[in-house]
Amino acid sequence: MKIAVCIKQVPTREWQPRLNDDKTWIREADASFEMNEPDAYALEEALRLKEKHGGDVVVCSAGPARVAQVIREALARGADRAIHVEDDGLASADAFVTSAALAGAMKEEQFDLVLTGLQSDDQGFAQVGVILAEKLGLPHATIIMEVQADGRALRVKRELEGGWFQWVAMPLPAVLTIQSGINQLRYATLKGIMAAKKKEIRKAAAPSGGASKQKIVSLYVPEKGKKTQIIGGSPAEAAKELVRKLREEARVIQ
Amino acid sequence: MIVVVAEQRGGKLNRATWETIAAAQQLSSAAAVPIAVLVPGAQATGVAGEIAAADVQEVVTLEHAALEPYTPDGFTAALQPAIAQLNAAYVLLPHTYQTRDFAPKLAARMDRAIVTDVTAIKKAGAEAAFVRPMFQGKLTADVVPQGPGPHFVTFQIGAYRVDQAKKGASAARVRAITVDADASAIREKPEAPFQQAKQAVDLSQAERIVSVGRGIKEQANIAVAEKLAQALGAEIAASRPICDAGWLPMERQVGSSGQTVAPKLYLALGISGAIQHLVGMKGSSTVVAINKDPDAPIFEIADYGIVGDLFEIVPAIIDAVKG
Repeated sequence: MKIAVCIKQVPTREWQPRLNDDKTWIREADASFEMNEPDAYALEEALRLKEKHGGDVVVCSAGPARVAQVIREALARGADRAIHVEDDGLASADAFVTSAALAGAMKEEQFDLVLTGLQSDDQGFAQVGVILAEKLGLPHATIIMEVQADGRALRVKRELEGGWFQWVAMPLPAVLTIQSGINQLRYATLKGIMAAKKKEIRKAAAPSGGASKQKIVSLYVPEKGKKTQIIGGSPAEAAKELVRKLREEARVIQ
Repeated sequence: MIVVVAEQRGGKLNRATWETIAAAQQLSSAAAVPIAVLVPGAQATGVAGEIAAADVQEVVTLEHAALEPYTPDGFTAALQPAIAQLNAAYVLLPHTYQTRDFAPKLAARMDRAIVTDVTAIKKAGAEAAFVRPMFQGKLTADVVPQGPGPHFVTFQIGAYRVDQAKKGASAARVRAITVDADASAIREKPEAPFQQAKQAVDLSQAERIVSVGRGIKEQANIAVAEKLAQALGAEIAASRPICDAGWLPMERQVGSSGQTVAPKLYLALGISGAIQHLVGMKGSSTVVAINKDPDAPIFEIADYGIVGDLFEIVPAIIDAVKG
């Protein structure tokens, strides 16, 4: 099976947000980046499918030059080669622009299966996988917790809300968005890191003329909905004061 | 027309539809555009009667072979002509898993903007701006959809309240529409939904919950939280990453993919407060957050917060409770 995995590079969890001058995007120079976590699960699932059924895993990423870091990491974990659609404008792109960039570079490859995380930890659209499927003319399923692929047939376990699930069958090729926790992630070995240096990264240009369908007019730190009482002091003092407040003010413990 | 797409299964309405109607009413009064609620799927008529109590112009039912059972191919094929018939300027939906499965495809098929996970509506000049979280809730964005309508907007569950939806003076008109769609072209073949295992733990009934997040660092440290839970007479719960890692069973997960809880006390240990977690616990009466990051979004909704190392603070709380 020829499997594509779409991965995105996003700011790390520890990153403290700072805004650019016109307050419509972040100051990228201050941010450190890592692989979007749901995409890491999609990559792991692709590697497991390859180990079971044979084939190739191709990492696809649309973003500025910096995304080469997560592409290398994916190659080190075991992906065979990569496609990098490189354009500075893709850093803050909406789901239509990103999927158009990916679809343009992926179309000629004739993948059997395309996996991606269910959403990204930066803009969090939860749209790219689904729009990509539409642009590639493929069936799709979202929020997937198990993949059974066998030749031309695909059967996947889709997560519904509130602890419900559903199996869905569909023909290959298809696009799946993968839920975090579907598997246990592997880490790159030294051997993998060395091998990654020799693997091919094909650069592709972003298609021109793809208009953005949404515009961020203002980006800001969320307004506080509630008045949070921050309790200071040493751990022992803060703990004592918290317990007092929970007993006497909130009356939620005895 | 502002078209709200209701979500129902087998004649049972998803209550999040009422939240979306409340959002539509706000948008309607700002933009002076009437509201139609579109109810797709079998047994839509009963649900339509229920929705007709809302202050909307009309309720429109759509039954078609392509809509049963739910598939993204079928919904896209049947809803595209329905939205065209209703002359929609906006199409509003609750941000459910089903919406996430088909709405981006429908918007892409029509080549129209879609803004997801919206929590509020603002005016930006003559246009409506939609407020949505970004970067795991660390930042908020005001977003204006671009290009010709209809614009698709999905609303975060719980962002608007069911009781905010205004009722009409009399029942709204209910009518049925029909569309041409090819049900034989549907590629996805779904099986019946099922529950993995009986929920052994019903966290929704818990009076107190101690919940752990990534800040707990490793599995062995769960014991620290369990001791606190014991001291407080609380159930133990967790955010998704903890259950993904297998440190606590999935049935103890709170959030959009786990349980929704509303205890008297929710004590969040090392939980940053990603939206997916917050939607599962923001109904709690008193929220306590303990986190080393003073900017963690959990502090936005906490009543009491302690910024610091949970491994120092939790034993001190246990001592204080016992002392």
